[in-house]
Amino acid sequence: MFFTYLRRELRRRRKAALVVASGLALGIALVIVVNSVSAGMNRAQGRVLESLYGLGTDMTVTKAAAPPEEGATVKRPRFRFDAKGGDDDARQSQDIVMVQGFETLAASTVARVAGQDGVADAVGGLNVRVMKVDGQFKPGEFKQEPGEVKRGGPAAGEVRGGGADFDVDSYSVYGTDVAHQGLGPLTSSKITSGRTFAAGETSAAVAVVDSAYAKEKKLKVGGTLTVSGSKLTIVGIATADSGDAAADVYLPLARAQTLADAKGKITTVYVKATDSQRIAGVKDTIQKNISGTTVTTSADLAQTVSGSLSTASDLAAGVGKWLSIVVLVAAFLVAGLLTSSAVSRRVREFGTLKALGWKSRRVTGQVAGEALVNGLIGGALGIGIGLAGAWAITAFSPTLTAQLGAGGGGGAGAGGGGRMLVGGPGGPGGPMSDGASRALDIALTAPVSLTTIGLAVALAVAGGLIAGGFGGWRASRLRPADALRRVE
Amino acid sequence: MYELTGVTKRYRRGKDTVRALDGVDLAIPDGGRLVIQGPTGGGKSTLLQMLGGLDRPSEGAVVLDGVDLATLPEARLTRVRAEKIGFVFQGFNLVPTLTAQENVETALVPLGLKAAERRERAGEALVSVGLGERRGHLPGELSGGQQQRVAIARALVKRPAVLLADEPTGNLDESMRDEIMELLEGLWEENGLTFVMVTHDSVLARRAPRVATIRKGRVTIREQVVGAA
Repeated sequence: MFFTYLRRELRRRRKAALVVASGLALGIALVIVVNSVSAGMNRAQGRVLESLYGLGTDMTVTKAAAPPEEGATVKRPRFRFDAKGGDDDARQSQDIVMVQGFETLAASTVARVAGQDGVADAVGGLNVRVMKVDGQFKPGEFKQEPGEVKRGGPAAGEVRGGGADFDVDSYSVYGTDVAHQGLGPLTSSKITSGRTFAAGETSAAVAVVDSAYAKEKKLKVGGTLTVSGSKLTIVGIATADSGDAAADVYLPLARAQTLADAKGKITTVYVKATDSQRIAGVKDTIQKNISGTTVTTSADLAQTVSGSLSTASDLAAGVGKWLSIVVLVAAFLVAGLLTSSAVSRRVREFGTLKALGWKSRRVTGQVAGEALVNGLIGGALGIGIGLAGAWAITAFSPTLTAQLGAGGGGGAGAGGGGRMLVGGPGGPGGPMSDGASRALDIALTAPVSLTTIGLAVALAVAGGLIAGGFGGWRASRLRPADALRRVE
Repeated sequence: MYELTGVTKRYRRGKDTVRALDGVDLAIPDGGRLVIQGPTGGGKSTLLQMLGGLDRPSEGAVVLDGVDLATLPEARLTRVRAEKIGFVFQGFNLVPTLTAQENVETALVPLGLKAAERRERAGEALVSVGLGERRGHLPGELSGGQQQRVAIARALVKRPAVLLADEPTGNLDESMRDEIMELLEGLWEENGLTFVMVTHDSVLARRAPRVATIRKGRVTIREQVVGAA
């Protein structure tokens, strides 16, 4: 009887039921879309951070930034070319291999970090930038003017032509610990051609090249790459998962240290914590026990993300969340009021049932049941609309730009994430120095998790129960005498 | 049997207090038949509500088979209504979305019967009022007289001791009125019910052996020979 009565009533009042269900559906769809977009934002941010850190890295340790000393000169690369013979126009070339940011830590820091409580693994790496200047000087030619020769004096005339034509190339190199390749920037790339480093190639003249850089420079596996006069065999091509590689060229750490004249030095220690819940504690421990270092976690770095990704993320977390709440509250209220109003129109019906001996609890249950089914219909509609919305966002995949480092970082960026960027492997965009930034384009997706679906179902049930509560309360207060009084 | 002693019912209407019933004393024997008459607003329906346990008096006692309905807890009063009292209303008061069969079954729901038994008894009740062929029809598909027959079947399906009817023919034409009254009287005699009916209709009042006339909350009883002018 309960279900027959419920089904017939819902069919009779299908317009009102549709209004209630639509309101709830709208609210629930908004919750699903906002939640899935937020999840997509987090995933996008994760990919941005992953492209810097590599998979599994919870934090990095770099040398603490020291304020410049008074009178100290800013370190810059310096190229020196000798003037050769007067008629010599041979090409001249010079590589400068310099440590990124000019700040290094002793390689022994890796062992010290690894020994700290809460650290599962630590790997050191050296971030290097290579600047290559290649070109030639062309001397000018002296042209003597005819008929203007003075006896005993210098020949009259002028120097014409000549000059210099140099090409400047810059790319990033990351010296990786080939014995511990499970951690560090190279983990965010897949080897798409050739192979990665063998564990024994600690100082071998081999290189793995990022696919974008390889394409630009027409490099292939088996070919050679010359860095500062050192010929390296390309053993593999790596493609970054996020489309933006951590470095253009990867070398064994010892080889990179030799090229950069930084033996026994590293720029960054990549750290994996034993427990993801203890990251903040491990950060404090390292900073306390190993002086002169800056520890940057994913959370610190995430604060430096700006650009449209950050704006959209803020919108989803702010406007989206509050819009969902407002729509849901309004939908709950409308559902409650409509249910209550429906009960008012059915006073005689419920009064009659009470006169027949129906308990108040049973009448209230009937009203609440109808409202609950309404809520569930709204929930099903809302889940459908929400899934369609999330699918549309994923299908459309709007591109968001994540700006890392300078500008948006503020204090935290300068001291924490900003520092990480300076010490980080950098990208192919140019030499990174303090205040430099890095832009990544990320396609937004809107993944819908089971938790989100569960939340939607819970909201549908809650909406139904709230509406049923309104109506049930009204029905429970009805007196059976009303059934008779209404016909007078 | 019913025994009403000093039953008074006062209502607040704005700043005024209305005395709908004023010290009513009344006895109705088991199987008795009583018609309640009186002017509009005289307290007829209020008295019927007291008899049916739908409302409680401000003062006095309404005793049914030794139990005072005026002081009975709500749950037990609901049980009394479910088991002992059948109601027939002027406006039929059928649930519009349920079929004739399902409407009759609503009276059996509080008794906790199994669905199969509910269906069987509801079917029998509809046959007894001549609507066995219409059990699958919705109220909107039935005439006024047919709807009232369904309401009567609903009132009697639980086999009550008391049948209370509030203007049961008020919404029907004359021929239908007589048809319904003959049905009610037949069921009363057949089932040995205590039958109390409120009506404005003097023709119907003449068919009852006892008539209670209520004016300004006070009741006077008149015995009469059935069918007398």
